[in-house]
Amino acid sequence: MTEPSRIAPEALEAVAQTGSGFNPLLPGLILLLPLLGFLVNGILALIAGSREGNVLRSAALAEPDSEEERVDLQHKEDAPRRATHTLPTWVGPGVMLGAFILTTLNFLRMLGSGLQDPTVITYWSWMPTGTLAVDAAIQLDQLSMIMMMVITGVGFLIHVFSVGYMKEDPGYPRYFAYLNLFVFFMLVLVTGANFPVMFVGWEGVGLCSYLLIGFWFQDREKADAGKKAFIVNRVGDFGLLMAMFILFATFGTLNYQEIFAAAPTTLVYGGGVVTAITLFLLLGATGKSAQIPLFVWLPDAMAGPTPVSALIHAATMVTAGVYLVARASVLFALAPVSAAAVATIGALTALFAATIALKQYDIKKVLAYSTISQLGFMFMAVGVGAYAAGVFHLMTHAFFKALLFLGAGAVIHSMHHALHATHKDWDAQDMRNMGGLRRHMKWTWVFMWIATLAIAGIWPFAGFFSKDEIIWYVGTSAPFGPLYAVLWGMAVVTAALTAFYMARMMILTFHGPNRTGEAEGKHLHEAPLTMTIPLGILALLSIFGGWINVPQSVRDSFFGGFGMLPMSSWLDEWMAPVTAAADAIRLEQLGAYAYQSPVGGGHVTWGFIATGLAMAVVLAATWYFRSKDVPTAVEQGAPRSGFGKILYNKWYVDELYDRIIVRPVVGISRFSWRVVDRVLIDGTVNAVGAVSKGTGWFGSLFQTGQLNTYAFILALGALALLGVLIF
Amino acid sequence: MSSAYLPVLMLFGVSVLNAVGMVVASQVLNPRRATPEKDMPYESGMIPLGDTRARFSVKFYMVAISFIIFDLEAIFLIPWAVEMRALGWGGFVAVSIFMMVLVVGFVYEWKKGGLDWE
Amino acid sequence: MELEFTSRVDYIWALLPEIVLSIGAMVVLLVGVFREADDDPAAGDASPLGWISLIALAAAAMANGWLTGIPVASASPMVAVDPFRLFANWIFLGGAGLTILLSFPYVTRQRLQAGEFYTLILLCTVGMMFMASARDLLLLFLGVETMSIAAYVLTAFNRRDRRSSEAGLKYFLLGAFSSAFLLYGIALTWGATGTTNLLEIGEAVAGGAAVPGLIMAGMGLLAIGFAFKVAAVPFHMWTPDVYEGAPTPSTAFMAATVKAASFVAFARLFMEAFPALYDSWSTVFWWLAALTMIIPNVVALSQSNVKRMLAYSSIAHGGYLLVALTAANEMATAGLLFYLLVYSIMNIGALAVVMVASGHAEERLQIGDYAGFGWAQPMLGVVFTIFLLSLAGFPGTGGFMAKIYLLQGAAESELWTLAVVLALATVVSYYYYLRVAWYMWMRPAAPDLTHEEVWVPLPMRMGLVASAAILIFLGIFPGGIIDLARAATHGFFLAGVLP
Repeated sequence: MTEPSRIAPEALEAVAQTGSGFNPLLPGLILLLPLLGFLVNGILALIAGSREGNVLRSAALAEPDSEEERVDLQHKEDAPRRATHTLPTWVGPGVMLGAFILTTLNFLRMLGSGLQDPTVITYWSWMPTGTLAVDAAIQLDQLSMIMMMVITGVGFLIHVFSVGYMKEDPGYPRYFAYLNLFVFFMLVLVTGANFPVMFVGWEGVGLCSYLLIGFWFQDREKADAGKKAFIVNRVGDFGLLMAMFILFATFGTLNYQEIFAAAPTTLVYGGGVVTAITLFLLLGATGKSAQIPLFVWLPDAMAGPTPVSALIHAATMVTAGVYLVARASVLFALAPVSAAAVATIGALTALFAATIALKQYDIKKVLAYSTISQLGFMFMAVGVGAYAAGVFHLMTHAFFKALLFLGAGAVIHSMHHALHATHKDWDAQDMRNMGGLRRHMKWTWVFMWIATLAIAGIWPFAGFFSKDEIIWYVGTSAPFGPLYAVLWGMAVVTAALTAFYMARMMILTFHGPNRTGEAEGKHLHEAPLTMTIPLGILALLSIFGGWINVPQSVRDSFFGGFGMLPMSSWLDEWMAPVTAAADAIRLEQLGAYAYQSPVGGGHVTWGFIATGLAMAVVLAATWYFRSKDVPTAVEQGAPRSGFGKILYNKWYVDELYDRIIVRPVVGISRFSWRVVDRVLIDGTVNAVGAVSKGTGWFGSLFQTGQLNTYAFILALGALALLGVLIF
Repeated sequence: MSSAYLPVLMLFGVSVLNAVGMVVASQVLNPRRATPEKDMPYESGMIPLGDTRARFSVKFYMVAISFIIFDLEAIFLIPWAVEMRALGWGGFVAVSIFMMVLVVGFVYEWKKGGLDWE
Repeated sequence: MELEFTSRVDYIWALLPEIVLSIGAMVVLLVGVFREADDDPAAGDASPLGWISLIALAAAAMANGWLTGIPVASASPMVAVDPFRLFANWIFLGGAGLTILLSFPYVTRQRLQAGEFYTLILLCTVGMMFMASARDLLLLFLGVETMSIAAYVLTAFNRRDRRSSEAGLKYFLLGAFSSAFLLYGIALTWGATGTTNLLEIGEAVAGGAAVPGLIMAGMGLLAIGFAFKVAAVPFHMWTPDVYEGAPTPSTAFMAATVKAASFVAFARLFMEAFPALYDSWSTVFWWLAALTMIIPNVVALSQSNVKRMLAYSSIAHGGYLLVALTAANEMATAGLLFYLLVYSIMNIGALAVVMVASGHAEERLQIGDYAGFGWAQPMLGVVFTIFLLSLAGFPGTGGFMAKIYLLQGAAESELWTLAVVLALATVVSYYYYLRVAWYMWMRPAAPDLTHEEVWVPLPMRMGLVASAAILIFLGIFPGGIIDLARAATHGFFLAGVLP
């Protein structure tokens, strides 16, 4: 047995097993800090929660006459609750800041060391037994480092934003407890050095996501959304479990290093085993990253608080699928069919979600479908083997989508206050009720436009470089030439749609006349500083974040300021050690890719075409929606007919799933329960029992036939068992 | 077949003949004068009609259970008593342990009031 | 000292844990009845007798620990003194201890007769320990009956509750039915091989000395008897009714420890006596395992009564354990022991929370009654959530590690389909376990529910927290225990028989 006492202090300084000059600095602490935050905030939440429960109940028992009275009852309890509400403000973002600083230091160390092989740090032997030896180990390499930077960096900003956003919520400490726990599991997910450790994080982030979606559980519908996310993710988890299972059966290990080292020699290129493994991995990835067919949960997940949507459902957790494919790049390189499936699913999802986003009125729903669509782009990238491009877009998307969500949060916050002040029961998230907000929320307006231009792919914002790089890579000729030409076309269309629906969102929200109402308009206000400062930082990142991975030819052209950018293809080079094996396999099997668009043209030409197209669409949309007279939600209601209705109802996918999956499963469970418990037992009870009522319980026990039924089935089973054995 | 079993066979035959003979003899010899009491099926002095599940006082069961346990004790003790010398001290210790356990049960029953009729 | 089994005294040493516990049980019985007879005003409080029972269990555990260091010279005595048995004894003693510790408030509240109740639990445990050690079919039967009869009474223990009496009677009648199968199987096996010693049966079967048809029939009947005891589908029909009707501590004890004992004896019987017939019985077990994983999990989805849901869940766990029996290799057998340990803790823990939450007459068992429970009772809420997560097999808990070991065992025997079914069943089971957690934390309590009245004394609190802590510990550092379990299966699995 490994002495448990060993892990506590020394483990944090466990010496790296491999690695060149890279000497990680307390990497364990990066994971432990959020966990610590969770424990502290969790205890505070329980203290606050049990007190609040009592207050609510005593309030209910006292039967207050009005809503105000109940609120007053709550506020009386505010004084003792103060500690449970002030501490999380410091603990929650504090641990994140600590983790971010540590990550940055490690990042700089790794940058300086020229690390090639991943550094694996083993803490203790988790499953030491039998043929499967799994260590509780983390792996630090270029991929996990980038992910950690995004998680702790963007995570820290969102934590700070949350202080302003959630301050007045009675569940404030609980919120930070969940958020810290989420970050911990997310870090486990990206740093785990083997599949089981990754799976711990994978399940953990799912659990936290479920808890945070259902955060406002008093609202039945919102709690149900959490359940939906949970169930859909189970399907994905099953895929991941199966993949791990086949991996173990094939390799006898689940460590990344060993599997990826052995894969090129053990597995046959394009063979059944590797295809099965990668397809199951893909199923897992589609669940977590909300791709077709498992995307239905993400829009519903918007029921959670908006910063949660920013952190979990835009920047980090939903990119786990992309991370997974990039991590297993060797396997996907060996399975061209699966890789094509990844790219195809990505393209389909991107286009599909973009069409739905065209017709949504809920500002968060637009962003949710936009997220699904952008995740589709990332899938396309990793599907065609451009892993670095996928991670690049993952990173820039984390910046501008977090910014968009937080900005939307600020808008909703403001709208909510305004509507609350006059007791208007309008939907604070429906864009038809907004309009003209730029006059009230100047900074938010500016920042969100930056993010919009970034996601639309307009030069020189981050999205231009990352998204167009993906489109560029998709237009390659191998391994399924014509298919990739189609995908390329879909990607271009999706990019145009993205520009359109984002511009629509901005115009409906910030421009035109204010539709909130005369009295309400006076209460609209800019968000506090704790909310606008994180927005500003994210806006800067949305502008400059794309400059780290500009190809040399582009850098030398107009788009790179004719060589003025400080670096070229930095991320590609940074990621090279991670993707080298996959690239080598592809080079060997398919030869060098001819990177060119299906319709000709070079990097620079397409740069002009892409940004021009995006700009044109944005302008067209702006012009179209500005001149349009938008009715409010109450006036208009849901679209009643036409194609718009289909889009508004999200292609009726939820209804379809309900018909073909949910109802049959519920039916089967009820059926077997009825057959086993009801018909067979109670049925005989009732039938026979009616004849012989009132003969005492002992007699009735025999005459009702319950036991007879049991014994009968037992005897049947016995006969079957003996039959199998003897014959 | 060993002839040692012959006496057993003879005993078996005699008992069968005896039983059959008594029934047959009583059928042949007795006078038949029917009365309502005589026509009733004989059921150990109980009235034979009514619910088959007549309720007995639980006290009877208590006695019956106690009887079974001490009955089994006798079955256990007699073979040991017969072969006591051959079984030696080991057998004695084993039976003593058995008796001790039984005594515990007995004390329990006594304290619980299992031996009180009222 | 070394056990040679040449003298009868050696048997006393070999059975020391059982003997110690039996004496303890009798002491508890007598103390209980004297307290009652003296009209002790504090007689209503169950805890003094509970503590005596716990001391008896501790003494038995010490005897068990002492036995661990004793070498055995003889090859096949009637009583096995091997690590397998001793490890299993830890599970039984721990499970019994946990049940008793967590049942103080229940027994007091329901005014159950504490002396008899704890005596029966202890005697039931003695029966289990005999089952684990029996290397002879007759001793095995003795152990099974000692355990079962105590379990019948424990089921029917609450005489004031009709559900309890009904459940007890059902259990008793069907149990007697299954005992008949078991006994008939023993008879046929004896008839086919001329011996009741497991190892000698094994030699006879392997050497071809057994009568072919007869040994199959005997083995089949033994399998049926045990399939009933472990509640394998289709021999599970009694389980939901019995587990639902029995007093909750009895349910916890039966669902966890009684099941564990049945599995341990099941494993020893088939691995020691019938390894040569692996090809035949593994087919049967394969089907039992598959059915037992699928049906209860599906049925549990639509249960709204938490106790009944946990009953179906315990049947489903039996299905996972049957996978280990089907695989019958070292990893699977070690996984079986590990799983039983974890399962006992989490199941007893979960039912203990149900015990305190269910109210005076066990009326609050519906899932809706748990709305807001977590916030009203944070400590109980947190530990219950941990138990549920562990039952579901959430990573980081002991339940996850246990399932991983079973999967690994299945993989090593190349039982791919069963492994897939296990994974799928686990995925499905998440739903109904976490639904309870969801109600507990994410549904506001109805105003008339007063969870604050729940009375949880300090020992019980500590027991629950310790159980939850152990589960998390085993999820993060399972190494030590699984190494022990592997050592316990040394020379026990069918390494030589499998392809």
